[in-house]
Amino acid sequence: MGVNKYVANYTRFVLVEPNGRATAYSLGLIALLGVVTTVATAVGPVGVTPATVLKVLANGIAVPTGMTVARTGGAVLQLPALTVEWAPVFAFPVEQTHAAIVMTVRLPRIALGATVGFALAAAGVVMQGFFRNPMADPSIIGVSSGAAVGAVGALVVGVPLLGLRTAAFVGALVTAGVVYAIATEGGRTPVATLLLAGVAVQTLLGAVTSYLLLRSGDSMRRVVYWLMGHLDASTLDEAAVTGALGLALVGVMYLYAEDLNAMLLGETDARAVGIEVERTKRILLAAASIVTGAAVAVAGVIGFVGLIVPHAVRLLVGPDHRVLLPTSALAGASFLVAADTVARAGPVELPVGIVTAALGAPFFLYLLRRREVSEL
Amino acid sequence: MIAVEDITVERGDVRVLSDVSLTVEAGEFLALVGPNGAGKSTLLNTVGGILSPAAGRVVAAGREIEALSARETARLVASVPQETSFGFDFTVREVVEMGRTPYRARLRRRPDPEGRDQIDRALARTETDELADRSVTTLSGGEKQRVLLARALAQDAPYLLLDEPTASLDINHQVRTLGLVADLDETVVAAIHDLNLAARFCDRIALLADGRLRAVGPPADVLTAERLEQAFGTPVTVGEHPVTGTPVVTAFRQRGQKI
Repeated sequence: MGVNKYVANYTRFVLVEPNGRATAYSLGLIALLGVVTTVATAVGPVGVTPATVLKVLANGIAVPTGMTVARTGGAVLQLPALTVEWAPVFAFPVEQTHAAIVMTVRLPRIALGATVGFALAAAGVVMQGFFRNPMADPSIIGVSSGAAVGAVGALVVGVPLLGLRTAAFVGALVTAGVVYAIATEGGRTPVATLLLAGVAVQTLLGAVTSYLLLRSGDSMRRVVYWLMGHLDASTLDEAAVTGALGLALVGVMYLYAEDLNAMLLGETDARAVGIEVERTKRILLAAASIVTGAAVAVAGVIGFVGLIVPHAVRLLVGPDHRVLLPTSALAGASFLVAADTVARAGPVELPVGIVTAALGAPFFLYLLRRREVSEL
Repeated sequence: MIAVEDITVERGDVRVLSDVSLTVEAGEFLALVGPNGAGKSTLLNTVGGILSPAAGRVVAAGREIEALSARETARLVASVPQETSFGFDFTVREVVEMGRTPYRARLRRRPDPEGRDQIDRALARTETDELADRSVTTLSGGEKQRVLLARALAQDAPYLLLDEPTASLDINHQVRTLGLVADLDETVVAAIHDLNLAARFCDRIALLADGRLRAVGPPADVLTAERLEQAFGTPVTVGEHPVTGTPVVTAFRQRGQKI
């Protein structure tokens, strides 16, 4: 590990100012995400060249060119209706089928993969820092298990008024809230208690999911498929909603990056330098749980992204959350898009959760052998 | 001045401190001594605002600690806790920068110019400036203690609270660390296990036992054989050090006492 550690430190000192480093790394990772997205969109049963992908994407760019205000409604109540006119900027010649494949088949799935990877990796960074525990992942307080019960419940017995995704999201948030409440006494939430409460609740919810699975009958295939994590059957709207939520909440987490740094030295130290530890914990836990819940609700349980990506990025950029949080989130986006491309490129399409676990677990063991993980 | 006014502190159902009153004058170095479990850390944590007293109050520079936010408290008292986790690859400078947390605006990311000066001065005063770019994971015990002292100084608070600053240090670093603290000219309250070191470096000593304050005053007045035997429950002799002239305490095993 010696040499790499030295290299990692050296890299960190090139641009000592953390915000400068965060910006430089982030721009690089955004470029990487652009490349990965373009290549991933080109991969599939119908060959579309990366150049075509770029043309289709460019053709999708539109700017508002004008507005018309129309009066609608009856004679008594007239409502003004605002119509914005959009015009495309570019008009590259591309085949209609290729444009349709890119815009309606591949891009929604890739955009969802990027947002889910972004959300899970960011939540993983927060949970690992928060718990000071290298095995912490976004689901450590039972968010995924709760989402699974909600989703499986919706598939097997049906949940009144809620669709599959809403049921999963509600299940995730209720579980996080219950675990937090169990672990909190007199306004204080010791992280060790939170961790154990999370493990216990996960076990309980795992039993509920197994029971529902036994009773699932005809819907068993769908249930198993959901549980393994998947990005297909997604729409651009879903990606947009998850992405907006993810960006907003990762922004909140970023505001607490320096607090997380101080908390790495211990909660007493954090308090000693003036951090309201319990309030910070509540905010970070809520933000991480909501983004994880949203990601799981649209993509099922995709393991290892939130565990592996923060570890790998920490090795490269160090533990400073001002740098680690944005870089991990962006790396997570690229990683999940790449993993999903592998999942759908083979002769038989695999759920992406299988691919992330198959790639992630050996990598984690490798880190463990190099003893990097023990330092977190 | 810090005034501890008649405080009682409970942890769960256990009363850890009972009716403790104490004043710390500006510029003095006060040692808290006493047997394990006497309440030294509890007293420090209460003065530092981490624990709230069940009765009584702590007033520092005219302001009641319990009524202040964590941020306001950190501008008034800088604490070095007993256990700090150094498992993360931060540089020394990054850890010292954390001392500026109570002056940071959440939406403004760059440290203020004054903050940079404070950090540089804190590094220089604790002789850690040469370590500034080192990873804290590579530091020795004495170096870690000085880095934490630098972080506390960067907080620019009028009062310093140190919990066992010499606990895991060799004799060289014990003397060096306490000598450094004594030379800082800050108002310092430190829990110290080693009675001889406390006697040498501190202006006054407060002796705690069973959650009560037994005595407070200059080292030679507080460290008497009778008081120490009562507080620690073991026979002691108190002599005078031939070189420093400060009290030297030697403990013996109680006759017939096991362990």
